[in-house]
Amino acid sequence: MFDFLEGYDLIGAFWVTVQLTLFSALFSLVWGTILAGMRVSPVPLMRGFGTVYVNIVRNTPLTVIIVFCALGLADVYGVTFGAGTDDVKSQYFRLAVFGLSAYTAAFVCEALRSGINTVPKGQAEAARAIGLSFTQVLTLIVLPQAFRSVVGPLANVLIALTKNTTVAATIGVAEAAYLMKGMIENEAALVAIGAVFAFGFIVLTMPLGLFLGWLSNRVAVKR
Amino acid sequence: MSSVLFDTPGPRAKVWNIVYTVVFLALLVLGGWWAIAKLQDKGQFEAVMWKPFTTSEAWTTYLLPGLANTLKAAALSMVIALPLGAVFGIARLSDHRWVRSVAGTIVEFFRAIPVLLLMLFASQFYVKYTDISSEQRPLYAVVTGLVLYNASVLAEIVRAGILSLPRGQTEAAKAIGLRKGQMMTIVLLPQAVTAMLPAIVSQLVVIVKDTALGGVMLGFTELLNSRQTLSANYANVIPSFLVVAAIFVILNFLLTTIASWIEGRVRRGKRTTGAVVGVDEVEDLATGRAI
Repeated sequence: MFDFLEGYDLIGAFWVTVQLTLFSALFSLVWGTILAGMRVSPVPLMRGFGTVYVNIVRNTPLTVIIVFCALGLADVYGVTFGAGTDDVKSQYFRLAVFGLSAYTAAFVCEALRSGINTVPKGQAEAARAIGLSFTQVLTLIVLPQAFRSVVGPLANVLIALTKNTTVAATIGVAEAAYLMKGMIENEAALVAIGAVFAFGFIVLTMPLGLFLGWLSNRVAVKR
Repeated sequence: MSSVLFDTPGPRAKVWNIVYTVVFLALLVLGGWWAIAKLQDKGQFEAVMWKPFTTSEAWTTYLLPGLANTLKAAALSMVIALPLGAVFGIARLSDHRWVRSVAGTIVEFFRAIPVLLLMLFASQFYVKYTDISSEQRPLYAVVTGLVLYNASVLAEIVRAGILSLPRGQTEAAKAIGLRKGQMMTIVLLPQAVTAMLPAIVSQLVVIVKDTALGGVMLGFTELLNSRQTLSANYANVIPSFLVVAAIFVILNFLLTTIASWIEGRVRRGKRTTGAVVGVDEVEDLATGRAI
């Protein structure tokens, strides 16, 4: 019944999808947190930079960013992120991770910023009253509480990221959508192939959503 | 300037802020300088690379037709997806369990799948089972993919819109003896449309952004695809990317601004209940999270 899968590395393709998701999630979480810090910081220039970055990146199609990574960053600027110039495969993988992280960070930043707004004023006021500096208020008092309240929104960002990794197919990263494109052009079983890949993504996103939904209820600060 | 997170800076904090500003500015300048120096190195910064954008030819042959196709695909997708989304959104609120569960399953299914997969599938489906001409096929495939995905997101928006209305609306409609269908069409839907208008407009941003996928993967001649032909002609990779990205950003920024403006109006409106599905909620509705 599944003989149309023969000769294709389905698991391998989905493993690339998972890797893209994990690396991009990690980098975008770090960069997004820094951006959120900038957007609430006392330094006007940093606030301005954060606002401009988020507004530009959120309104640019991810496809433009990813294709730019390949044609602009790699071909014109010669950025390879440490991958050997002859190792095109890992070079484009890293470029895709870079593009996905840069894009997703804007959404992480916005989620965190709305999380910061849910932390009651008294928390930050009390922290300032005992003489903590801005960095201390943010990292010791506000962000830990903000993170707990944004697990739900961040879970949505992560699921969107999982689906967005398919855009890496535009620069030829051999992930799930790229394999599917090749398979449906060469095999007859169109509907079956579509169903297999759809199932793959449902397997990736559904448990993630359920787990993070449970986690967000568990860690939420009860007020 | 002070906020909840920091006090109005005193003399020492002011000095530190200046130090941070200078360091950050230096970093930005360094980054900008590297970007421009490298461009000059590759000859991408020269006036001749930017010149095409001041002539009408680059716009009338490449960019404007591309933008027109982007807008066409986005508008078509929205127009087809809206009624579909309304049907499924209302079906998810049905009193009959089987209607609810069928509609729910379909909506959750299409929300969990990347839109690119839907586009690829639609494209190949049209190749195999229809005789749509190969010039028309990319548009059909892009619109089909976008409709399937966005109808399911809009279904959630419609559902959230109806649920956002105060309970009293349903109760009053029942009290004056309206049937279920009347209650929906006369009382709930008209108010829900107002409530979800901002969400619908900001979903347009997502649709516009996703059309670019069809340009690269299916050869649909939208803006990003036109950029490729343009830069093949003028050899201006970076300038063309910047111009195309700027067009996308301006277009989407306009849409976002309109959405926020509508949201503000609806929220403060005296003639409405103030119920609204906000711009921020759309992102949470757009992913396939099973709640």
